[in-house]
Amino acid sequence: MDRFVLDFAHTLAGFMVLVSFMLLYQDRMFSLLNVFALQALVLAASVAWQAHVQDAPHLYVTALIALVLKAIIIPIVLHRVVVRLGIHRNIETVGGIGLTMLFGMGLVALSMVVMLRATAAADPLAREDLAFALSVVLLGLLMMVTRRNAVSQIIGFMSLENGLILAATGAKGMPLVVEISVAFSVLVALIVIGVFLFRIRERFDSVDVHALDESRGERQ
Amino acid sequence: MDNVSLALMCVAALLATAVLGVLVRRSAAASGLVYSLCLILSLAILAVAASQLLGGAGATEITRLPIGLPWVGANFRLDPLSSFFLVVIDLGAAAASLYALGYGRHEDAPERILPFYPAFLAGMNLVLLAADAFSFLVAWEFMSLTSWALVMAHHRDPENRRAGYIYLVMASFGTLALLLAFGLLAGPAGGYGFADMRVAVHAAWLPGLVLILALLGAGSKAGLVPLHVWLPLAHPAAPSHVSALMSGVMTKVAIYGFVRIVFDLLGAPVWWWSILVLGLGAVTVVLGVLQAVLQRDLKRLLAYSTVENIGIIFIGLGLALAFQANGMTGAAALSFTAALLHIFNHSLFKGLLFFGAGAVLNGTGERDIEKLGGLIRTMPQTAFLVLGGCLAISALPPLNGFVSEWLIFQAILVSPDLPQWGLKLVIPAVGALLALGAALSAACYVRAFGIGFLGRPRSPAASSAHEADRLSLAAMFMLLGLCVLAGILPGFLIDAVAPAVREAVGHAMPAQASLPWLSIVPVAESRSSYNGLLIFAFIVIATLLTVKSIHRLASRAMRRGPAWDCGYPEPSPLTQYTADSFAQPLRRVFGEFFLAREKVTMPKPEDPLPARLEVRLRDLAWDMIYFPIERTVALAGEKFNALQFLTIRRYLGLVFAALVSLLLVVAIWA
Amino acid sequence: MGMIRDLFLQGVQMFLVLAVAPLLLGFTRRAKAWLLRRKGPPLLQPYRDLLRLMRKEVVLAENASWLFRSAPYMIFAATWVAAALVPTFATGLQFSWTADLIVITALLGSARFFLALAGMDVGTSFGGIGSSREMMFASLAEPAMIMIVFTVALVAGTTQLSQVADFVFAHASLRVSLALALVALIIVALAENTRIPVDNPATHLELTMVHEAMVLEYSGRHLAVIELAAALKLSLYISLIASIFAPWGLAQGDAAPGAYVTAVVAYIGKLAVGGFLLVLFETSIAKMRVFRVPEFLGAAFMLGFLGTLLLFVSRTF
Repeated sequence: MDRFVLDFAHTLAGFMVLVSFMLLYQDRMFSLLNVFALQALVLAASVAWQAHVQDAPHLYVTALIALVLKAIIIPIVLHRVVVRLGIHRNIETVGGIGLTMLFGMGLVALSMVVMLRATAAADPLAREDLAFALSVVLLGLLMMVTRRNAVSQIIGFMSLENGLILAATGAKGMPLVVEISVAFSVLVALIVIGVFLFRIRERFDSVDVHALDESRGERQ
Repeated sequence: MDNVSLALMCVAALLATAVLGVLVRRSAAASGLVYSLCLILSLAILAVAASQLLGGAGATEITRLPIGLPWVGANFRLDPLSSFFLVVIDLGAAAASLYALGYGRHEDAPERILPFYPAFLAGMNLVLLAADAFSFLVAWEFMSLTSWALVMAHHRDPENRRAGYIYLVMASFGTLALLLAFGLLAGPAGGYGFADMRVAVHAAWLPGLVLILALLGAGSKAGLVPLHVWLPLAHPAAPSHVSALMSGVMTKVAIYGFVRIVFDLLGAPVWWWSILVLGLGAVTVVLGVLQAVLQRDLKRLLAYSTVENIGIIFIGLGLALAFQANGMTGAAALSFTAALLHIFNHSLFKGLLFFGAGAVLNGTGERDIEKLGGLIRTMPQTAFLVLGGCLAISALPPLNGFVSEWLIFQAILVSPDLPQWGLKLVIPAVGALLALGAALSAACYVRAFGIGFLGRPRSPAASSAHEADRLSLAAMFMLLGLCVLAGILPGFLIDAVAPAVREAVGHAMPAQASLPWLSIVPVAESRSSYNGLLIFAFIVIATLLTVKSIHRLASRAMRRGPAWDCGYPEPSPLTQYTADSFAQPLRRVFGEFFLAREKVTMPKPEDPLPARLEVRLRDLAWDMIYFPIERTVALAGEKFNALQFLTIRRYLGLVFAALVSLLLVVAIWA
Repeated sequence: MGMIRDLFLQGVQMFLVLAVAPLLLGFTRRAKAWLLRRKGPPLLQPYRDLLRLMRKEVVLAENASWLFRSAPYMIFAATWVAAALVPTFATGLQFSWTADLIVITALLGSARFFLALAGMDVGTSFGGIGSSREMMFASLAEPAMIMIVFTVALVAGTTQLSQVADFVFAHASLRVSLALALVALIIVALAENTRIPVDNPATHLELTMVHEAMVLEYSGRHLAVIELAAALKLSLYISLIASIFAPWGLAQGDAAPGAYVTAVVAYIGKLAVGGFLLVLFETSIAKMRVFRVPEFLGAAFMLGFLGTLLLFVSRTF
């Protein structure tokens, strides 16, 4: 039984990392959104499994929030935004997908080494979760760095946040209040960014964040 | 008389042959005489070294001659490690001499080769026999200079002169690094004998520094990236049998220098050394093979592929260091054996391939594979032999290149047991790069053989090619035979190098020859095993069975007709796929960033100008390291040029400042 | 006595893979036709094709060399030997220790080497394009394969396929690394067998084909042998995947004769399932542009590497 518990948690968390890579790999808007929804789904499953393992009912709430908010509402909203902005074309990536992937793998290796060293005394489940969570966070950051499109940067931000939640559930003891406030802040961020996006578009006729640099006079 | 003295006498005889070469250089029989003497003498040293290696395990002999440094003398020693390298070198030398007996007859300026060739052989042998730093360095420098003279044999070609110049600069740099390394090892007491260095106690910072110096010194001779830049220029410039020696054999002498310093003289390794060696090895593998895939000049392609194989050997050595540092002696022995086996194998097939390239050069006058094609019909035996060499170097079973790479992979698979996280994560990545290297090398040799030997002739030179002479073919057949034998009976080879492995890492792989069916088992039978003999037998049986049964039961009718090619008639051989077009997908996948620049000039519609595609190959090492150094040196030279126009008073001031600063140094240190 | 039995079983394996391979091909074609709501050729059609080709006379290009004529047999022999060394219905056969997973991959590499050379022998541009692309795919597929080997070897502690199968059978558990390795292996298998989305085995549109371009000049018995080798390779990869990731139903060591019969039936069942899944995947996806394939194979490499990394995590408890 114990073996199976560990294995299943391991599989779900590992799958999170994999989905992060799939996010990096996608270069079409809609599939990016779908993969993001998939990640949220896996996150929800993982959190729910942790709730079951740790016997902590408040984590079920977290899982539910992840499921409803991130797997359903946010993708649908973003989907609409993309349609209204008319940007279902390819995403420009910086440096090519292959290089980004290689860099991403380096990040995963790095986070494994750091986390496994730093948490040598912790219990294996939490250790593993932390290592995976740090990878997801770093990959989210990588995505924000490499993408130019504002919508994909939002996705990167959200997947980063997914990693944080994964870490928090593994660490046993994030209070529900924190979780709910985080969820709301994400929602607020979505709204703000959504409004922001339309503003950018109105102003620059593009959602490429390079347009912002230009307005700051950094490029001519 | 002991074996060392025997070997030394043979070396002396080689030197005498060099003098003889000077004397008789103009006569018609000179090349036959010199090369046959070289053949006999290399075979003699080969016999001595082989008897030393196979006879008494671990036996060591020392001879001291009263020349060289007065308090050290010139020490010569034959232990299993140097015996193994002597075997490799003299086997290669014997093959090259046999080949040159036929090939050398076509040489237009034999007087530029005959004196230096035996001297070069003598130099390489002396490096291996030397047992003190002084004789080692003298022999090393002698080897470098004689090989430089051979590179400059065809000195009228400006390309060759440039190659010779760069080679000389790099060789001096390498010797300098080795000099410093030995100086550090000898310490202030000046114990320049290897025996003294082995027992010396070093400061904690010293071994790491010596390792780096050894990497620089031996690596620049062996062709480790980024010190490889001279190699693809110099190796092809020499006559083909010398190219074979330089690529197949002299690089191994350099590796011997590294192994001698790091595994023998330096004491117990530290784990981070292996990361350095592994990283350099992996980079060397990938960059070497990527360059090889893109080359058009057959001999330069082979030279870049040598760079790749040197990388493979260094990966093996790096693994051995990693395991050794953590006390995993079994795994260290496995990796070191793999490295030695690859050293042996590479000397065989690289020799074979360079001989093949020489035969092609001789038969067609061309080295550019774009101008060859169809040689399998005009030079059938050479084509067969080169095909064998291509299979062996591409690490394909059941030939020998595969065995050594397989052993390295087996060593890599042991790496998760290492305690250091850095190594655990780096070594699988190195393994992936090694696999990439193997696959790319297959692509490289499919391209070289497919464009050069298959298809239709692309130039008149290729269509009127003639087959190589018998002696050259005999040398190639011998090497191919050894490749096959080493591939299907690797167990005997592993047992034969065991004494050398034991000397270097203190442990050897378990005896293999007594295993059932002659298979090899690196760690345990439940882990992995390989049986080249059975694979070979199965392939032969399956082939014969298929051919027989199809010819018997179905049909053996055959008719010749024009090529089908989807119904496109192709009158001109120029419509064939070219070497550049073959490499285009690889160039596009791997080379966009750093290997090749493409420029497409597309004329506007209705413009009668032809569309042009320009591809310029670059070597990253030149761009990143050597050109900046060159610029800095030129700049500094210009600045210092100003010193020529000073007043006497200022000159005196300079001298005075130098004196004071030297005194200050002494005051602070002493 | 034991020796004879072992040799007999090994021989059965050798000829079983040979006999089943065209059937698998026929089944995939048929199943594909079903999925496209067509009727499809009969199951045994590949056998008939092979027989017909073998009886026909060979039409050889005027300048074809001995290499061109002998390459089909070399390709076939190397593939056949590799296929005979992958556990199909039983583990621990007489010669299973002759080669481990790396050797089997390399044997396929030998076959590919000859195939690519054969494509260049006549000196046509289609042959060259096929060979060039094949070697590019191979150079990306091999690192991925090594990472898969690494993952599997880390889990099972061996690269010997029989031992891997026994280990997975005995200690089956949910491992994300194995799942990643499975996906990676499937990608590699698709590329190696030149299936959709990498190449289309059914097309003869010149510029989209890789394998077909290389064998364009072959006819008669030579073509038959090459086709058989391609069929063998497909069944080899499915057997490989089945033996590592679904080793259930394999006969072990010295089982009773009845067990072997069930094992053979199970093997054929696995091939059918594998073939059906392949076809299902192929019909639901379009062929890629050639220069998307490196990304596809790069994904396989990444999965394999990720699998290895994740294993390091899980090895800590």
